Amino acid sequence: MTEQLQVPPADFQSYYGRPILKVARWKEPHLPAYLFFGEMSGALALVGAAAHATGRRSLARTARLASALGTYAGGAFLAAELGRPERFLNMLRVAKPTSPMSMGSWILAGHSGLASAAAAADITGLLPGLGAMAGAGSALTGPLLATYPGVLLGNTAVPAWHEAHREITLLFAGGAMTAAGAAGLAASAISADRADFDAAWKLAMIGAVVESAAGYGLETVPPPAGEVYRSGEGGRALRMARALTIGGGVAALAARRSRVAAAVSAGLLAGGGFCAKMAVLRAGKASAADPRYVVESQRPAEAELSEAGALFR
Amino acid sequence: MTGNRLSGPLADVSADAGYTDHPRRVGFFTDTSVCIGCKACEVACKEWNALPDPDGDVLTLTGMSYDNTGELGSDSWRHVAFIEQPGHPDGDELIHAVADLNGSGDGLGTTRWLMASDVCKHCTHAACLDVCPTGALTRTEFGTVIVQPDVCNGCAYCVSACPFGVIDRREDDGRAWKCTMCYDRLRGGLEPACAKACPTDSIQFGPLDELRAIANYRLEELHASGETRARLYLDDPEDGIGGGGAFFLLLDEPEVYGLPPDPVVTSKDLPRMWKWAGAAAGLLVAGVAVAFSGRRP
Repeated sequence: MTEQLQVPPADFQSYYGRPILKVARWKEPHLPAYLFFGEMSGALALVGAAAHATGRRSLARTARLASALGTYAGGAFLAAELGRPERFLNMLRVAKPTSPMSMGSWILAGHSGLASAAAAADITGLLPGLGAMAGAGSALTGPLLATYPGVLLGNTAVPAWHEAHREITLLFAGGAMTAAGAAGLAASAISADRADFDAAWKLAMIGAVVESAAGYGLETVPPPAGEVYRSGEGGRALRMARALTIGGGVAALAARRSRVAAAVSAGLLAGGGFCAKMAVLRAGKASAADPRYVVESQRPAEAELSEAGALFR
Repeated sequence: MTGNRLSGPLADVSADAGYTDHPRRVGFFTDTSVCIGCKACEVACKEWNALPDPDGDVLTLTGMSYDNTGELGSDSWRHVAFIEQPGHPDGDELIHAVADLNGSGDGLGTTRWLMASDVCKHCTHAACLDVCPTGALTRTEFGTVIVQPDVCNGCAYCVSACPFGVIDRREDDGRAWKCTMCYDRLRGGLEPACAKACPTDSIQFGPLDELRAIANYRLEELHASGETRARLYLDDPEDGIGGGGAFFLLLDEPEVYGLPPDPVVTSKDLPRMWKWAGAAAGLLVAGVAVAFSGRRP
């Protein structure tokens, strides 16, 4: 259907078809996993604070524990992605507003500390006042941790990331909700106090709508950058992500009645969220590997002409 | 101007980076119209900087004319591009004769050869420098951009941020590497190895403002002689990167040489992107608030 846009325009020139940009060195599963655990932890900090405030004790404890663990898992994948993992702490050597990765490292460090303190206080029962304060603090760092990766990827020369930074950021916000919802759903499948988890089920459904809509938004990003979300490996992963996410959202409807449905929904939503991150990574790599995306995004008038030409072909 | 210093012209990059007493900004003017494709620049660069062979002592032939380097990267800080344009009216009759000698007789006409030595642009607004989270990438007193190998942790953010695909990570070493404009030689009062080795002065080194004046004179000369497609690339402080510390005289469109036609430093849009992230964070808070609205059943 949109395949005809893949035909290179006759006047497109390149140096032996070689990439103008370097393809991102970031790899699977590291980057998608970091993004997934980071946003899950961020949203769960909010869930923990809200559950604490509304008297949902089991949900609060689950959310705080999973939020803290999420920062460790995310941090581990982030460190493993480095060329020199032993220099991980160099990330905190400077604080640089022009570097979203520097800002993100500080957000992750602060959030991890607060989430850990909140979880520790909840589990041990010690210093409940400080624990509540740390939990409230993590509810401020959490939303930033969940959405800053949109800036991280957007602030690159990669056409599919820079041109689609809005849609990617919304995809991550929706993904934060489904990931947190999935954690709640998984816990509710085994918890004795299931009524506590009603909010997690609702959050999963809201998140499924937002994440699917943002995924659709990515597909409607204009060419040339949007093409890599409709076709190729990026498009395939994005369609797979949407199928899983919508399936998980529907299964969440039955979570109240069925523990099995809750577990299935958790698995589908987590899989969908992870797939969505893989789609973004693959689309970005595809757009950097083909010089046409760079040339056409920098010569918009010619790109429009070639698109019009493709329609008449 | 947007009120920040993320893009646009910048009179003194070194002062902007915090140097109070510093030498004049230096750069490269690469005049591709006199490049003969000898690759002395590539060799001199490799020798002086002790760069490893990216293919590990294996001779790799790309099939791309006389270019077996392929691209700039962590181990290639100068790269000579060879472009063959069959049928070009400005081509060389001698090459036509050679083409006919092999019996093809297909009326190739004349073939124009373009040769160009590419290098890190040492941008006025360098995206690699902006995004580096460790401070490993830094601006020197000469206005150039270098990586400090003892600080770099190999996060590879610079690799995706560079609009020219210049900087890359060495996978066996884990760190990012690129042209330093021979920072050690500059400190010792010497010109960079590539410029020193260039036999035709296609690579000229000097104070950037002087190079721009020379380049404009050379451009007028070429236009007057009928080479109307000659143009300067990255010489303009008003362009998307605030002008390059290395800039070029090209005889065709930039993409023919593997260069982006109109690069823009990604950080230009950074304030706008953070606002979006803030809005998305608000959406996340609203989603959680809605999920928790209503009483616990």
